[in-house]
Amino acid sequence: MTERLLQLRGVTKHYGPVRANHDISLHVDRGEVVALLGENGAGKSTLVKQIFGLVTPDAGEIVVKGDTRPISGPSDAIARGIGMVHQHFQLVPVMTVTENIVLGHEPISGGRVDLPAARARVQELSDRYGLAVDPDAEIADLPVGTQQRVEILKALSRDVDLLILDEPTAVLTPQETDELLRVMRELAESGTSVVFITHKLREVLAAADRVYVLRGGQQVGEVATADVDEAGLAELMVGRSVVLRVEKDPAAPGEEVLAVEGLHVADDRGLPAVADLSLSVRAGEIVGLAGVEGNGQRELVEAIAGMRRPTGGRIHLRGDGTTQGGASGAVGEVDLTRARPDRARAAGVGHVPEDRERHGLVGSFSIADNLVLNRFTHRLFARRGVRNRAAIDDNATRLREQFDIRSAGIHTRAGALSGGNKQKIVVARELSARPRLLMAAQPTRGVDVGSIEFIHSQVVAARDAGAGVLLVSAELDEVLSLSDRVLVIHDGHIVAEVDPATIDRAEIGRLMAGGRRDAQALADEWGAGGEKQGPAH
Amino acid sequence: MNDTSTTDRPGPSPAGPPREQGATSPENRRGVLDVLARFQGVLVPIVALLVAFAIGAALIRLQGVNPAFAYTTLFRDALLTESGLLRTLQKATPLILSGLAVVIGLRVGLFNIGAQGQLLWGAIGAAYVGVHLAGAPAVVILPAALLAGIACGAVWAGIAGLLKAYRGVHEVISTIMLNSVAAGVIDWLVSFPLKEPGQSIPRSSAIDPAAELSNLGFVPVGFVVALALAGLIAWILRRTTAGFRFDTVGANRDAAHYAGIRIPLVVTAAMCASGALAGLGGAIETLGVVGRYETGSSAGLGFDGITIALLARANPLATIPAALLVGVLRSGAAGLQFETGIQPEVVDVLLAVTLLLVSIPVLARVLFGRRARDGVSLTSGWGS
Repeated sequence: MTERLLQLRGVTKHYGPVRANHDISLHVDRGEVVALLGENGAGKSTLVKQIFGLVTPDAGEIVVKGDTRPISGPSDAIARGIGMVHQHFQLVPVMTVTENIVLGHEPISGGRVDLPAARARVQELSDRYGLAVDPDAEIADLPVGTQQRVEILKALSRDVDLLILDEPTAVLTPQETDELLRVMRELAESGTSVVFITHKLREVLAAADRVYVLRGGQQVGEVATADVDEAGLAELMVGRSVVLRVEKDPAAPGEEVLAVEGLHVADDRGLPAVADLSLSVRAGEIVGLAGVEGNGQRELVEAIAGMRRPTGGRIHLRGDGTTQGGASGAVGEVDLTRARPDRARAAGVGHVPEDRERHGLVGSFSIADNLVLNRFTHRLFARRGVRNRAAIDDNATRLREQFDIRSAGIHTRAGALSGGNKQKIVVARELSARPRLLMAAQPTRGVDVGSIEFIHSQVVAARDAGAGVLLVSAELDEVLSLSDRVLVIHDGHIVAEVDPATIDRAEIGRLMAGGRRDAQALADEWGAGGEKQGPAH
Repeated sequence: MNDTSTTDRPGPSPAGPPREQGATSPENRRGVLDVLARFQGVLVPIVALLVAFAIGAALIRLQGVNPAFAYTTLFRDALLTESGLLRTLQKATPLILSGLAVVIGLRVGLFNIGAQGQLLWGAIGAAYVGVHLAGAPAVVILPAALLAGIACGAVWAGIAGLLKAYRGVHEVISTIMLNSVAAGVIDWLVSFPLKEPGQSIPRSSAIDPAAELSNLGFVPVGFVVALALAGLIAWILRRTTAGFRFDTVGANRDAAHYAGIRIPLVVTAAMCASGALAGLGGAIETLGVVGRYETGSSAGLGFDGITIALLARANPLATIPAALLVGVLRSGAAGLQFETGIQPEVVDVLLAVTLLLVSIPVLARVLFGRRARDGVSLTSGWGS
């Protein structure tokens, strides 16, 4: 009864000594949603690139609808009914939705593109799959979630039986993610199979029928989602149990560490990003900032860190020096409103930046140099302008051990490490300065599960040592599980304060979207979906 | 005051053995290549030079001269006579300094094309003091003349530095234009206000003999100064906080901003330091070789500095062998022309081919395959 669309047998792809894929076998039947789950670097992308003909396997065979001929390239894959939506969209920003979808197979009439016909076709596709788009909108004007819908329609317009989505939710807001998961289910019910890559357990359980788990380039498990829960999947992914809920004692908040009053900050274009925002962080608590990315979080954090000059308001760092976290000497109240990054740091601000490759590290420098990147003039590491190599190396040896940074040695180039190890360098550096205020922006983005757990435990340890922590994350699960108190930010304002222990996802999703009604509808839908999947959260 | 120790926090238990790093290929014949690949910073320029000499040999042959004889003549002339050796070292001295000037810029991510103009300002500044302080004792006039050269070069480069730091003017554009401005203004200076009385050609008066830089046997004093400066700059870049600032700005500007480094200050300081070195090169040329400012006497020294810095892969100590190579070729080229009639421009072909092979990563790929490191990393790009 079920038709086998795709069958992989012993697919192997090596890049030199690196085993990207080793002896992988899997299958996809018509009308099912299959998830490929694995940590960063587990070989998921390499695998789907081979299915789509972008990479040729070293060994093994890929059978499409019983046809064993090797796939010669993307056009061959499309001809055989396989479509793919790449992680980075392949759309022309200045063209309309219609033009993008028909690009490459335009209906021609009299030597010219028949735009009315193309438009009708796009409308028909949109209606058939329930993917609402405005055929005449320009891509550049559309939000990311809608652009992705256009990508999916573009793939579907080639009459595909199997749609591959490479990390489709990485760029989406929670609402857009839920919408996409719904679309994947509907596609499957209408007979189009879906294969999607993710490293988020919730998405696997919410949308997939079956899941293949990859680890270190090998297929380590195949399970039906009905038979497994998040903890089981996580264990398969990392090969050991991980704590999904962060284990921490109740917070014992002390005095106020950070006071932000009526702050205004502009973004890179000079437009207001943070408007009249006030917040406070106390010693010994983790304050989570929940919000859809682009609502002023980045500008707020950069203003407090001294990297961006506020256009109004005040930033004060307080503390009488009795807190254990009281680091770098400054006692009492310090006005950081117009401080430079070095002064903010000297006053006791630690900052894990959201973009570690861009701000947090110098890839061509050694681990040792990166571990003192913003403290190289500290009297421990330099005297009269001459750097103290021995102290820098000792510091690196100790932190590498303590923070479990996996590398050949302390003089390895930081750029050669995996995302998780890079982030451990940044976290180690910021925590080793014993900040009074730790700001952690997206501290576990692109980091493998094992490192996530470790970084979370370190943040909690810093809190317990008396630091105030301001946590910014696009991962709602992370904000809710790690924070003692959650502030919701929307459009540059704090719109609500909620208790992470009692708030439900639907409610916080509504607040993050600014309380709009359509968001409410989506949130309700998720609530229903959540019941169907059991008590995952 | 507080130390950075965090040992009181519970450390993580090591979760399994560290991942395998830098796994070596099991095949034995690859082993030799792996070892050689470690020294590719030295091997690639040497192989590039050999290829260049082979191409040069073909060009020399085309002109009807035996390449072996031509090369023997060139090297004998440059190295094996006392006067030739002195001339070679005299040529290498400003080349080391202009090479260092370009190296400093590269380390901050700036491509200082303007070493030539900065060097000319150094030469005229030293000449001015050497002429106008005539009669002062050597301990006054010599340092004053050198400092004047350094200051002139630093100020000239500082213009480009300030424009870059505070107005975002690309340093390649500004330094190229400042080169032309420098050449024009200095030509005017030695044609009118600073011209030697009674002379028809544009040149300054001779400097006071007390301002002359002498030679220790066949080693010019300026050469010793240049060697010392190469060592000093290597030390500054490796071991000081100033050097760390330079390298951080050059490697990742955003991270430098995050780390609290004041990028405009570093950019301006680096350009001034760069100009000071080029200016010193010009001053030593005036005080140690020419004895006055003469239009055309320092032509190309600043541009050779770019070649040298790239050959040296922005490593200050490596500018010494690179500058000696260029010095030998330039010094021997004159004798080559005298004895065989071959145009000295053949040396430019040799240098150009060598530089091309070193700068583009092709040669390293051919030699070492995947083990090849990237070519010389230039500036932070044209867009910045």
